[in-house]
Amino acid sequence: MEISALVEPDRVHRTVYTDQQIFDAEMEKIWERIWVYCGHESQVPNRGDYYAVTIGRQPMIMVREGDGTVRVLYNRCPHRGVQLVGNLKGNTGNSFVCSYHAWSFHLDGSVRAIPLAKGYEGTRLTRDNPDCSMKRAARTDSYRGFVFASLVDDGPSLAEFLGDAKIAFDDMCDRSPLGEVEVVPICHRVVQHSNWKFFMENQLDALHPSVTHQSTGISAGRVEKRLKAERGAAPLYYHYLSTFASSFEQWDAVQTINFPHGHGILKAYMGLRPRDPDTLEYEALLKEAYGEEKMEEYLSRSIHHVLVYPYLSVQSPLQQLRCLRPIAPDKTLSEIWHFRLKGAPEAIYRRSLWYYNLVNSPATMINADDLENWSKGQWGLASNGGDWVSFHRYYGDDREDNGVTYSNHGTSEAVMRNQFKAWASYMQGA
Amino acid sequence: MANTKDSAPTRAIPSAGPDFEHLLAQEVIIEAGEDTASTGAQRVAPDHSPRARSGTVDSAADALPKPGSVVAADVQREVEQFLYAQAELLDGKHWQAFIDLFTEDGVYWMPVTREQTEWEGSPSIFAEDRLMMEIRKGRVSHPNAWSQAPMWETNHLVSHVAIESATADTIEVRSRFHMMELRRDALRHFGGSYRHTLVRDAGGALKIRLQRVDLFNGQAVFDYVLQVWV
Repeated sequence: MEISALVEPDRVHRTVYTDQQIFDAEMEKIWERIWVYCGHESQVPNRGDYYAVTIGRQPMIMVREGDGTVRVLYNRCPHRGVQLVGNLKGNTGNSFVCSYHAWSFHLDGSVRAIPLAKGYEGTRLTRDNPDCSMKRAARTDSYRGFVFASLVDDGPSLAEFLGDAKIAFDDMCDRSPLGEVEVVPICHRVVQHSNWKFFMENQLDALHPSVTHQSTGISAGRVEKRLKAERGAAPLYYHYLSTFASSFEQWDAVQTINFPHGHGILKAYMGLRPRDPDTLEYEALLKEAYGEEKMEEYLSRSIHHVLVYPYLSVQSPLQQLRCLRPIAPDKTLSEIWHFRLKGAPEAIYRRSLWYYNLVNSPATMINADDLENWSKGQWGLASNGGDWVSFHRYYGDDREDNGVTYSNHGTSEAVMRNQFKAWASYMQGA
Repeated sequence: MANTKDSAPTRAIPSAGPDFEHLLAQEVIIEAGEDTASTGAQRVAPDHSPRARSGTVDSAADALPKPGSVVAADVQREVEQFLYAQAELLDGKHWQAFIDLFTEDGVYWMPVTREQTEWEGSPSIFAEDRLMMEIRKGRVSHPNAWSQAPMWETNHLVSHVAIESATADTIEVRSRFHMMELRRDALRHFGGSYRHTLVRDAGGALKIRLQRVDLFNGQAVFDYVLQVWV
């Protein structure tokens, strides 16, 4: 597989979205090597709490140990390979016990008891053999409560991997007067019948909203306008939907920032700092916690969402996160989470909840049309109607500064060009 | 015995012989375990209790369902016909007529879990007042609602209509539904229960103040999404 023949600076070959061998190579060279998001520490608050999570093609368990450590282990009994937890989440008490032959393991994965242990005497599989224990993810680390694991020993640290994209988690947590978030214990899971790249490209594609989401934007705008005329004001959540129908020129003015490793930011456009009493109460709490200067810094960051390439979209100002788990070249699962700002008023949570319910729920009035595009995109790319996918818009107009690519145009396909630069680098093993 | 007529050298399978017969002749009977003896997984990990819950939660969702009240037959029939008519409005895509079944402050709510009790302030699949329903209707009716282009149809069945309480002005009724949806060539199923809080308008007609929809598969993976009310 010659990656350089598939990825050119301004276009990519369609097979990078459709080919099973390329998908398998992505799992091996990207997902099963880099730092992959497992979950938030608050998903497993108590000793023995676990959450099953997939890294690439590997079934893993994120578990809370007695000393408070969160560890990531392979969901596999070393004896005969049976998975040790059979549910998506739960509490396993003090140990994992295999349902097949009752091998048991401490929460750190080390073997605890083997039934009829004397049957192993003289064999090469005695208790002191590390092969008697559950295999651990090679590396586990967390940043501000967000847990990541890497399945290989080498490679960049989590901090190096995230780079400037760590702002996703800073921006979310800094908006809490306590500097912390906790998960809302509900996860929407939605399958898209398309390659994972469609999602990642779409997140920073500022040209598509006014086309794809025109129907919702116009419909919401009509009601919003009527409410403003009748009542003088409309709740902010109408605006969440109506802004999708902004003009091409307005979208072109929204900037993207494109980091190394394919990460990126779409800058804010919704104006999320109204002057209502709830917001003022909230700002007073932040000011008390951090001082006025810091509060201003935290609340005036211009972020719509941050991408951690190749699998995460973090909408930090509204405390939502979407994580991709690729299943096949044409099938991708997204896990959709919402977080509460610890110590912030209920009204602030409820304001962001509207976005979670309207845009990110399984009855979304937005993603319904995205998913439709991506399915049709996948079918189109599987055809012989053409070999190349174009990323030419504003090509040659990018400005690079210290490895960070900017464009004067929000609709520039610099986003995709930057993502494929990272993709090619991973796939070439660089 | 194995057939060894091939000319290639093969390893002879030893005859079980008398030893084999001897083994069969031995009789081992596992007596029923005494109550005090720990067995299996309990023996290696007596403190392992994965299904134990942190404190017993006796939520409304865990309560035993109560049989429907026996109300006047005409009320029962009126409520049933109302629910059937609502289902037919959805299958016929009569969106405005569907919205008009709700009171001015009426709400259509599909929570994620059965434990949720408040439509406001909780993560929901749908949480819509009439204004939000109007937006949804506007969306699916717009000529550029791209995801509405593929042919799609639904078929609702409503049953198990159990009136929980009925006063002169408010009726609480629960029922079960099953919706099949065909989109392009794919068939999906959604099932669960409805809980309607019905009130009477000035003319005596039934209106919905709150319709709660509990999908039995609300926390399962959604293959694509829901575009309109269920």
